[in-house]
Amino acid sequence: MSEVLLQASGLRLAFGGVKAADGIDLGVMKGEFLAIIGPNGAGKTTFINMTTGYLRPNAGEISYEGQRITGMSPRAIVKRGIARSFQLPQLFLEHTVEQNVALAVASRDGIWSPLTPLLRPGYRDEARDLLERFGLTGIADTRADALNEGARKLADIAMAVALKPRLLLMDEPTSGVAASEKMDVVETLARVLREAKVTAVFVEHDMDVVERFADRVAVWSQGRIAALGPPGEVLSDPAVQREVIGIERHA
Amino acid sequence: MRKIEPILAILVAAAMIVAAIAAPWLRFVLTIALAKGIAVMGILLLLRAGQVSFGHALYIAFGAYTVAFLAPRFGDAMILLPLAALGAGVLGLLIGLFVTRYRQIFFGMLNLAMAMVFYSLLEKLYAITKGSDGIRVEIMPIAGQALERVTYEWTIFGIALGLAFVLGFLLRLYLASPMGEALAGIKTRETRLEFMGVPARGVLLSAYVMSAVLGGIGGALIAMTSRHVTPLLSYWTSSGELVFIAILGGAGGVLGPFLGAAAYELVRVYAAASFADAWQMILGSVLLLVILFAPGGLWGMAARAIGGRGR
Repeated sequence: MSEVLLQASGLRLAFGGVKAADGIDLGVMKGEFLAIIGPNGAGKTTFINMTTGYLRPNAGEISYEGQRITGMSPRAIVKRGIARSFQLPQLFLEHTVEQNVALAVASRDGIWSPLTPLLRPGYRDEARDLLERFGLTGIADTRADALNEGARKLADIAMAVALKPRLLLMDEPTSGVAASEKMDVVETLARVLREAKVTAVFVEHDMDVVERFADRVAVWSQGRIAALGPPGEVLSDPAVQREVIGIERHA
Repeated sequence: MRKIEPILAILVAAAMIVAAIAAPWLRFVLTIALAKGIAVMGILLLLRAGQVSFGHALYIAFGAYTVAFLAPRFGDAMILLPLAALGAGVLGLLIGLFVTRYRQIFFGMLNLAMAMVFYSLLEKLYAITKGSDGIRVEIMPIAGQALERVTYEWTIFGIALGLAFVLGFLLRLYLASPMGEALAGIKTRETRLEFMGVPARGVLLSAYVMSAVLGGIGGALIAMTSRHVTPLLSYWTSSGELVFIAILGGAGGVLGPFLGAAAYELVRVYAAASFADAWQMILGSVLLLVILFAPGGLWGMAARAIGGRGR
């Protein structure tokens, strides 16, 4: 776990007078699960957006596997092995869950085959296998616009995993998931990612989830990293407890 | 429903042939309906991406004028048809590079603007286009065979029917392919496509070029059937007619455009003959009824009657 997979250095980005990133320096180690916590508006999603090419930083640099990716398009970045899931699931609403995942599987080949079906054996089998691992087999034929929020969230992550990334960034993967199912969902997710040897960065508000699944925690505050380290150490820090966890618990 | 569609297509084709034999004047109407149906498949493609073009008559006019201009030089339908398709495809690529940057109303209106620019050129460049008088297209040889008028009309009808089948079959394959499903993805989550490494604009552009090719083929068939082309082919009402037919037929399957085009042409002919002053009102009422009571169009109604889904 000592090899740096993603390195952000001196990232700065402001929206008007609001500093969403104010000198972010962060190295993500290969194979780790890194949780990002912090109050709303601290710049957590902005970091994911910058890393995946949706936003371009005003200053600073992001490198992945030793190569600079700052300012690249989302398409170019995903082709290098970085995928993301979204806080608000981004599913193709008029497609079934199976079609959604199969389309993500097919996109690895560039989707430029106009005459062979999407649900041909290769793509369909891989999609079904993935749906089974995520426990979504029962809703494979359900249209995405008919799903509950928790299922949408999982399907959204399954689509990102279908891209076979080496680094997966997840924006609040458990929000919208019923409290009673949350640990099972994260357990499933963690197992799938470990099996696939995917490094994961996830924004999370549930400290129990963070404590149980994160190898390290980065605490975001006003566009800066206020603390970084193992969950046991960071979450027991009185300043973090007062300024972040207190807010989270009351949020 | 997908499995029943080919059988329905064969039944509709058989009905068209029987009608054309029983009433020879219907042969003309049905050939035009098939030509428009082919062009409307292009509208259906764009509708899959949630985009409506209010200017696709441009490609019909381009295909028709290609035939009118080149008939004296390459006077064979089997040469002119591919030339019209190719020309419309190249034009579609050039215009598509620009208009596929836009979505929704901007996409629709830019297409309308392009069609009206072409209309104005056809109107004003009298020395080349003969303006609103239009250009007459003579009966031309088909595959090297000089034909009598009736045989020629039957052959064009047969070519239109054959092309409708082949192109409809190819379109069905396309819509179920990763490329076709990605096109449908533009309608609901274009951003996601980009985060899957798929260039959404490239997907839309390729569909746009295909729709232009279909328009060009439809236009060429119209020129060969009506044997007279005028700038009105590119007028905005002609583009509106294509959208009208697409809604009437339903966008759920490739048979929809042909059901819509046949119904449209027949209602138009009968309404115009019976109620000369009110036929447009009748067509408008038909569209209103379809939107209110059968939003899936004729194809949706057929699908429901058989017990499947429109799509």
